[in-house]
Amino acid sequence: MNNSLQIVWLIPFLPLIGFLINGLGRNNLSKTLAGLIGSGVILASFLISVYVFFIVKDGNTHLAHYFDFINTASIKVGFDFQVDQLSSLFLLIITGVGFLIHVYSTSYMQAEEPKDFAKYFSFLNLFVFSMLLLVMGGNYIIMFIGWEGVGLCSYLLIGYWFKNNDYNNAAKKAFIMNRIGDLGFLLAVFWLLAKLGTADYHEVFANTAKLTAFDITGITLLLFVGATGKSAQIPLYTWLPDAMAGPTPVSALIHAATMVTAGIYMIARSNILFTMAPATQTVVAIIGLATAILAATIALKQNDIKKVLAYSTVSQLGYMFLGLGVGAYTGAVFHVMTHAFFKALLFLGAGSVIHAMGGEQDMRNMGGLKKHMSITHITFLLGCLAIAGMPPFSGFFSKDEILAAAFAKNPAFWVIGVLGALMTAFYMFRLYAMTFQGKFRGTTEQEHHLHESPAAITFPLIILAILAVIGGWIGIPEIFMQGGHRLEAFLEPIFTQSNVIAAKHEMPHVTEYTLMAISVLAALIALVYAWNKFSKYQKTSTEEAGIGKVLANKWYVDELYEAIFVKPLQSLTAFLTNIIEKNIIDGFVNGVGKAVNYGSRQIRLLQNGLVGTYVLLMVLGILILFIIQLFL
Amino acid sequence: MPVYYYIFLAVALFSIGVIGVLIRRNMIIIFMCVELMLNAANLLLVAFSKMHQQVLGDIKPTAASDAQVFVFFIMVVAAAEVTVGLAIIVMLYRNTHSVDVNFLNRLKN
Repeated sequence: MNNSLQIVWLIPFLPLIGFLINGLGRNNLSKTLAGLIGSGVILASFLISVYVFFIVKDGNTHLAHYFDFINTASIKVGFDFQVDQLSSLFLLIITGVGFLIHVYSTSYMQAEEPKDFAKYFSFLNLFVFSMLLLVMGGNYIIMFIGWEGVGLCSYLLIGYWFKNNDYNNAAKKAFIMNRIGDLGFLLAVFWLLAKLGTADYHEVFANTAKLTAFDITGITLLLFVGATGKSAQIPLYTWLPDAMAGPTPVSALIHAATMVTAGIYMIARSNILFTMAPATQTVVAIIGLATAILAATIALKQNDIKKVLAYSTVSQLGYMFLGLGVGAYTGAVFHVMTHAFFKALLFLGAGSVIHAMGGEQDMRNMGGLKKHMSITHITFLLGCLAIAGMPPFSGFFSKDEILAAAFAKNPAFWVIGVLGALMTAFYMFRLYAMTFQGKFRGTTEQEHHLHESPAAITFPLIILAILAVIGGWIGIPEIFMQGGHRLEAFLEPIFTQSNVIAAKHEMPHVTEYTLMAISVLAALIALVYAWNKFSKYQKTSTEEAGIGKVLANKWYVDELYEAIFVKPLQSLTAFLTNIIEKNIIDGFVNGVGKAVNYGSRQIRLLQNGLVGTYVLLMVLGILILFIIQLFL
Repeated sequence: MPVYYYIFLAVALFSIGVIGVLIRRNMIIIFMCVELMLNAANLLLVAFSKMHQQVLGDIKPTAASDAQVFVFFIMVVAAAEVTVGLAIIVMLYRNTHSVDVNFLNRLKN
């Protein structure tokens, strides 16, 4: 407990204020003002996060209770914030990278109307607010509020250009896919509440002994279902590539700083539960690995610059889940952090390229951009090297940590993981070479238009590039430097409980060096091969054939889902509307109306205006009552 | 006199009243039949009150007067009803030049 941490409520509160100002005043705010407010509140949150980080670094944590959110006899859920090592790290990532994306957006979205511009920034602020709520919540319920909030904001932002129907469909897809996952998360929380009567992290983790093995496995599996939705894993990953419909900074925000890391955060937060459920861990690792490979293969054949990056995100998230599954929680969180840097960089770089190309996203029409956009080119190259896992860039350290842990668990995981890393290097440098190397393949009009982007775009790129290069140095493996893994020491308190149960695997230094050398070498070969091959890329009109066609069509997964889920559901709804609704429900409702109508017409005949009849009926009625009274 | 003499008489009066209401069409006759029914009820009340007085008189001195007060109420109500009823009949006669009750169905539409 530390009193200086009482200001943590400001961190999510400021973006909320920004959202309200921009959202309510969108008709009156100028673009400059809207941009300033939108970015300013995030910057303020970031500064507070830095301050909080330095206090937390000294070992202080903070648990704040503001008011009772749900208060019944058996269940009490408070509106609590918990700030500890894990959440403060995420706070830094979210607000830091988020701020850079806001700055970038002020320039990137300049073509919008002032009204839409302010709306855009209000959505961004709300997005950051939801994500902050998610990582700061002191129990699963508050986390769930943020969890739903990011789902909503992703819908709003992906469908930001809502006049395009395809974009609307992409937004709906993201929302519905997320909802499927959310159901799993919600069920897990209910299960926890039913068994323990509390959803507070510290109480749940202190009382894990009260749960049976079945409970823990069930809860963790359901939590993982939630994570597959939010963090785009098999089978719910297809929304993420479609989420490219939103403006490019939004893609960067969704893919790097927020949203997709929510699942990782949640599992890292619940690490003790997952460690106690080895079966779930195996599932997590296998799903993660499968996603990593599947998405990487798809990325090999995509031609849309943003699609490649989207699938690479899915693939990298797969690595993070692999890390979580093999118990390398620090490694997974580390990869979240480095990935936030280089993926935000790559997306923003891609946005800069798209901006210069006048909205063109097809890499086949690019090429040779390095002459025109030197800053974007250099920063993008650094980002590619980082994601490909080249030492000493950040991706190398985090990916290597995960792969080493995977090897310790099961060498087969490692082999497949390295295969994925090799593909990563290949498709990233295919992307790089097709975009920046070789000759320009677009129209002459586009060629004249080519220009370096303004400072508001290049500034975030430079900052992120620096972070992408040096970001990994806080987690240098022990074999290179004693005490070099500062992140692990920092996060130690979060994973103490898990470390007691599952001791860290130690492996001989020679093995570790060999593994590292193999993965780096494999990636390097793929890198050089792709660079050479695609620098000379020429536009061809030949269709892809064989396996290439399958990959270019994303393994036909969308078509498969269409056939398995969408089509049957559509025919079911058609059946329900045309048969059940029209005949049975409508028939019933109309039948009641008709019966009343007919009945009243018949009964009306009794009222014939003849007093004699009335009196007769009255007397008969009295007689009947009389008889009942006497004899019954 | 045994009380059932009164009961038979009252039942006879009441039945004549009911049958009269049912079969006659002249409103004034119907009216008189209604009065007949009311008086049958009055007769019963008085008869039973006398009977009760003989049985309960020592325990409850008001046993006789309770029911007889009620009879006066009925007479007052009947008198009031007659004024209203006769007024209706007069109005009906002015409109239809008849006191036949079946012409009342002209009120509809």
